[in-house]
Amino acid sequence: MGNGHTFTFAGERLIARPSGALHWPAAHLLVVSDLHLGKSERIARRGGALLPPYEVVDTLTRLEADIHETDPAAVISLGDSFDDMAAVEGLAPAFRDWLERLVAGRDWTWVTGNHDPAPTGLGGHAAEGVTCGPMTFRHIATDDGTFEVSGHYHPKASLSVRGRAISRPCFLRDDRRLILPAYGTYTGGLRSRDRALTELMGSGARAILAGLPMVEIPMPR
Amino acid sequence: MDAPAPPDLPAPLADFFARRHWVLHPHQREMLARAAAPSLLLIAPTGGGKTLAGFLPTLAELAEGGHEGLHTLYVSPLKALANDIKRNLRTPIEEAGLPIRVEDRTGDTSQTVRKRQRADPPHILLTTPESLALMISYPDAHRTFAGLKRIVVDEIHALAENKRGDQLMLALSRLQTIAPGLRRVGLSATVDDPGVIAHYLARHPDPCPIVDADPGPAPDIDILPTTDAPPWAGSGGRYAIPDVLREIKRHNTTLVFHNTRAQAEIFFHNLWLANEDDLPIGIHHGALSKEARQRVEAAMVKGELKAIVATGSLDLGIDWGDVDLVIQIGAPKKVKNLVQRIGRANHRYNAPSKARLVPANRFEVVECVAALEAVREGDLDGDLRLDGPRDVLCQHIAIVACAGDFEDDTLFAEVRSVGPFATLTRAAFDECLEFVATGGYALRAYDRYQRLKERAPGLWGLRDPRAARQIRMNIGTIIDTDNLKVRMKGRGGMPLGEIEEGFANTLSAGDTFLMGGQVVRFENMREMTVEVSPRPEKEPRIATYIGYKWTTSVQLAERIQRILHAGDYAAFPGHTRDWLDLQRRYSRMPEPGRLLIETFPRDGRNHVCLYGFAGRNAHQTLALLITKGMEEAGLEPLSFVCSDYAALISGLKPVPDVARFMHHEGVRDALESWLRGNAVMKRTFRNAAIVAGLIDRNFPGKRSSGKQATFSSDILYDTLHRYDPEHLMLKITEEEAMRGHIDFGRVELLLETVGDRIDQIDLERVTPLAAPLFLERGIVPIKGRAESRLIEEEAAKLLAEAGLEPD
Repeated sequence: MGNGHTFTFAGERLIARPSGALHWPAAHLLVVSDLHLGKSERIARRGGALLPPYEVVDTLTRLEADIHETDPAAVISLGDSFDDMAAVEGLAPAFRDWLERLVAGRDWTWVTGNHDPAPTGLGGHAAEGVTCGPMTFRHIATDDGTFEVSGHYHPKASLSVRGRAISRPCFLRDDRRLILPAYGTYTGGLRSRDRALTELMGSGARAILAGLPMVEIPMPR
Repeated sequence: MDAPAPPDLPAPLADFFARRHWVLHPHQREMLARAAAPSLLLIAPTGGGKTLAGFLPTLAELAEGGHEGLHTLYVSPLKALANDIKRNLRTPIEEAGLPIRVEDRTGDTSQTVRKRQRADPPHILLTTPESLALMISYPDAHRTFAGLKRIVVDEIHALAENKRGDQLMLALSRLQTIAPGLRRVGLSATVDDPGVIAHYLARHPDPCPIVDADPGPAPDIDILPTTDAPPWAGSGGRYAIPDVLREIKRHNTTLVFHNTRAQAEIFFHNLWLANEDDLPIGIHHGALSKEARQRVEAAMVKGELKAIVATGSLDLGIDWGDVDLVIQIGAPKKVKNLVQRIGRANHRYNAPSKARLVPANRFEVVECVAALEAVREGDLDGDLRLDGPRDVLCQHIAIVACAGDFEDDTLFAEVRSVGPFATLTRAAFDECLEFVATGGYALRAYDRYQRLKERAPGLWGLRDPRAARQIRMNIGTIIDTDNLKVRMKGRGGMPLGEIEEGFANTLSAGDTFLMGGQVVRFENMREMTVEVSPRPEKEPRIATYIGYKWTTSVQLAERIQRILHAGDYAAFPGHTRDWLDLQRRYSRMPEPGRLLIETFPRDGRNHVCLYGFAGRNAHQTLALLITKGMEEAGLEPLSFVCSDYAALISGLKPVPDVARFMHHEGVRDALESWLRGNAVMKRTFRNAAIVAGLIDRNFPGKRSSGKQATFSSDILYDTLHRYDPEHLMLKITEEEAMRGHIDFGRVELLLETVGDRIDQIDLERVTPLAAPLFLERGIVPIKGRAESRLIEEEAAKLLAEAGLEPD
């Protein structure tokens, strides 16, 4: 339970982790999406609120824990890893070193997102998409996606318990698509009821709520 | 009646009074005589010509003409009040031919007019604390307010109860610097301790003399006799509709007050269905559109309405001519509110006001009897706070910065001249300044992007003047839940008002709800506006509005306990006596010096009810303490809800010995970490963070479909706790919790007084006294094992229902 929710997708056994990361044990692969590192810095830079500048340390701490527990040979960061390109530059040296340490020794792919073309100078390599076995990994789901794993939407779903809605980031999945929740600490969510998501996901789609306890429910529409 | 006009009134005004055969009341003369005082507080009953007393010196000073620009600023808590005063001032000004221009400026005033008012202000400007805060944020504030002579703060007793008053007093300190000769006048209803209000109003440490008006005759106030008995639990007063209609017919104009908007809507709907004689009846509350409110106000002034169903938006001091009866549905949670509301009836000096109470359930009968007793004894409750909240100070510093560069020493001295901030330390002030400037984080991440720059030692200003826009958009201390506008479907559809976003999200096409007294059908949501169509024939679902949040006062709770225990129920109607007897037979009656605990199952849950009669905050603290023990003991608590007389804890398992979780030593330490993760604190944090300017208010219409919501303030709260536990926002959250939600002192006292005199009674079903608690608002959920279990059960159920297999 604490280690996540196991399910089958594209004939493979995958594990959705409470943190929002996806683990594919057979491929020694860990996938995270929408880290949005540097969000508080970007908001401040643009004259917005001065939010607690701790989302980088928090996101990296969680990522390090996931890597430590799953020991992946390959990591895919599924796009929007940084809030924008300037946020890569704005990363404090200590955090940059930390990130480089995580990347080092692993086959690390930075998939390009809509916020960041792809971070440079941190190790790893950039790509628009990755194909691995039966699955394709890209930032935004496409129309003809088959066995496609993506991020971008920051899906969240809610479950009503005793008349109170418990709302959490979630994985969405149907027979052809898997959409990851946003992994970054400072990320908001898009309700699964939103048309953008209901149009994308097939009728038997399910939502796996991140956090604890991890549960799977029919995707709320 | 032909008493001479006061000698000190200018001729046109004196002539006007003489023509009208108006005689000034003694307190009105006194206000005129002491017009030169730097601060003056008038305590007068509603209907005592309080507002005229406040304005007479202004009219007298302006009668000669010759004053350029703004002379008097009038601030009231309600927009409607500003409208009303404008109407009332028009008569003397026009008929006495005085060269005085009066205008109002509220959230409803158009941008063009606002701009013009700053450049060319009227002689008398009527406004609200929020609009005033906005005005002082402009660089031209010193010109707008340069000639200001007087400020009249109406209903100051109501403003002083919350942060709106703190914000107003901070703004006043600014005005005092701009216009040093400014004189302050406060108008207050009868209060327990006028000295406290005087301290609040005056520039510290100036004295503030108090003028007392004749309190007038005792009000005629009682419980409305009804044909049917009130229900055990219930909040709408629906059972009394025939009786209320009967009273409306008998009187000229009746105001029917409710404690919440939702209740007002439902009652109005049912009243309308029963209104066979087609009596003209209107509805008025703060969630209705400006147009809807103004229509009702205008009809009321013209005397076209027999009754208005209303909430707090009509509450304070509005002069509605011919009102001769006030009906209060539901218990008037605070005695003070009761007195205020009675004031609406018979607005003629020296004529008794008439009010009738309609308790919504049997417990409220007890509350009403207690409240009546309190009014007769003149025992008014109050909970004034004199420790200025620092989130409001943070906002004030940002507002000052919008107007131009400032010196920290000068601003600190100014802030200390504000009564509620008189004891603020320099360190506490500097923390707020630092927060506004840089965010105040231990990790100095924003040196390049800081909001305020120290241009020279002690001289601060906005780094980027464009930040002013964002600061202005977030001005104010009232935190609304996120609301969505509601309008009729179709081009140019009529705006109806607002509903909470959370409620809107539960609606799907075809659902019906009540809005402005009519049943409407949800059609769709477009750009954050809810579109509806009329559907009068359907039974409505219920709209949940957050209106004013009512709590009983601690004093009233104690009085209720005394009455219950005294055992003399002669003052109660038969049905309530029977109900109390049933409580006594089936369980027992709470008594002072002991603590009664009832446990019983209901709806598949186990409930624990504790009758502390110690106020909501103390009960919340007690419930936190007990649920912590329960969680640790594996007793799976789910939630609790508190009123001023009791706490109700709900969980999955029965709790055989509640007393073992109540140790008074170490209450504070025990609760610290439990409290930190609790929903009460997160809610408090959110409100404080909005007021202090850490997070923006959410504006309806700003977000569009397909876009993610901004992340929840809970994330910021957790992050700060993890990485910056000494941060100012967490300190403010704690300060707020200690004054608004948590009451360690009272709980310690309660547990000490009670000792082991705890009576736990395990029962088979809900008791008469516990039943009303199931209607209380503000349920606090507990994140723990019980919640996890329910989530898992619910998820499994949903999957099964959808025919999906877990894999």
